[in-house]
Amino acid sequence: MVHQYQLGGYHIVLDTYSGSVHAVDEVAYDMIALYQTESRENLTRRILEKYNDRPDVTAEDVAECLADIDSLVAAGKLFSTRQDATATADLLQDRPVVIKALCLHVAHTCNLNCDYCFASQGKYKGERALMDFETGKRALDFLVENSGTRRNLEVDFFGGEPLMNFEVVKQLVVYARSIEKEKKKNFRFTLTTNGVLLDDEVIDFANREMHNVVLSLDGRKEVHDRHRVDYQGRGSYDLVVPKFQRFVQKRTNGTYYMRGTYTHENTDFTNDIFHMADLGFTELSMEPVVCSPDDPCALTKEDLPVLFRQYEILAEEMLRRKKEGRPFTFYHYMLDLSHGPCIYKRISGCGSGTEYLAVTPSGELYPCHQFVGDKAYLLGDIWHGIQNTALRDKFKNCNVFSHKQCRDCWANMYCSGGCAANAYHATGDITGVYEYGCELFKKRIECAIMLKVAESELEAGGA
Amino acid sequence: KRIKTLETRDLKECCTGVANQPCE
Repeated sequence: MVHQYQLGGYHIVLDTYSGSVHAVDEVAYDMIALYQTESRENLTRRILEKYNDRPDVTAEDVAECLADIDSLVAAGKLFSTRQDATATADLLQDRPVVIKALCLHVAHTCNLNCDYCFASQGKYKGERALMDFETGKRALDFLVENSGTRRNLEVDFFGGEPLMNFEVVKQLVVYARSIEKEKKKNFRFTLTTNGVLLDDEVIDFANREMHNVVLSLDGRKEVHDRHRVDYQGRGSYDLVVPKFQRFVQKRTNGTYYMRGTYTHENTDFTNDIFHMADLGFTELSMEPVVCSPDDPCALTKEDLPVLFRQYEILAEEMLRRKKEGRPFTFYHYMLDLSHGPCIYKRISGCGSGTEYLAVTPSGELYPCHQFVGDKAYLLGDIWHGIQNTALRDKFKNCNVFSHKQCRDCWANMYCSGGCAANAYHATGDITGVYEYGCELFKKRIECAIMLKVAESELEAGGA
Repeated sequence: KRIKTLETRDLKECCTGVANQPCE
């Protein structure tokens, strides 16, 4: 399957199942579009007719280009089929289930009162709660016991606001480190925080122990303070930005991401990304809000073309700043074409409900943080393990090919069928498709690949 | 030459897509 598009002055041809990316000129672009439907004689005639004012487009030239296309097809780099991919999907259904990552909800409470929070201000539609050390310790033991031969295990301290339970976070890290050698495991910890409680102790601790830290910032002050307020209704921008800047300044070990949310109220979200870059942050992520369609924040169908253009503007500006020697990264544009994930990973996706689980402060297990609080999606608990095996198996069989609409989509090796929680909230079924998010995802992939083409031209000494 | 193919790995150890996760 092939996807052709024009963006940023480039003609791009993407071969879905091999992952090959071809930057072509307009003649080859048209020839590839006709290659599977026209005879060689008709294709040659149509190309020569269309480009009859071009001295460089001759019958000999078209034949040479056709030979190049033939070679790419023979090499499996053009019009490759999904046969291998579907065979891999069949293998996935028979694989043993091991758990390798936990989203540890150490705090179902928050010191901010953001009205767009998917977690109901951190309470997940339940009561305020903090995880105690014994529950957290049992969760780590549960992870080790169910991780099979996996060496790398991941734990994200999440909430609510996890720093409201910082003492337990520290104790759990000490405990995990104490069993790593004996259990032959390597724990990678991450932390997601709103920044209110960031201080030098937390920063030093994060430098020592946190593989990655996600810092919540929506961009410009007026945008951030529109939703991210405390319980007195005061915006948090002036409080958290200096703390984030100090954090990044002192970040000597591990990665970080500034993570923002954009809504219907700031569809010019690239200005928020550029604002974060101008504040000195270089690792950036900005996500579309996911909320009820009748929420004033909700993105609308009319917003889509505006958002598409914003993603193009973002790619153009990233390229410009890279040329100027002041680059920044955008999470969704970080495609790794030469060392990216294997096809198993691309088909199975994020692993929610199977290798990735969320643990509540009381030790309940859910498929991921976005299902927490929905009792229909309760899998079990950390003392008795997965008890709802039918639900676990439903997630196990939820892969890119179990989404009917995804089977013939050019982007299916990049999105892996999308987010199960988004699909569930949009359609009532985890194998459904959240079409709005899907459209945005495809646009981001087009922009990301265009950036790769532009960067390869830069490296080759082009424009 | 009308086609330039970028160097890519033949595809065949949780932002709210996996393509940007590096292979260990």
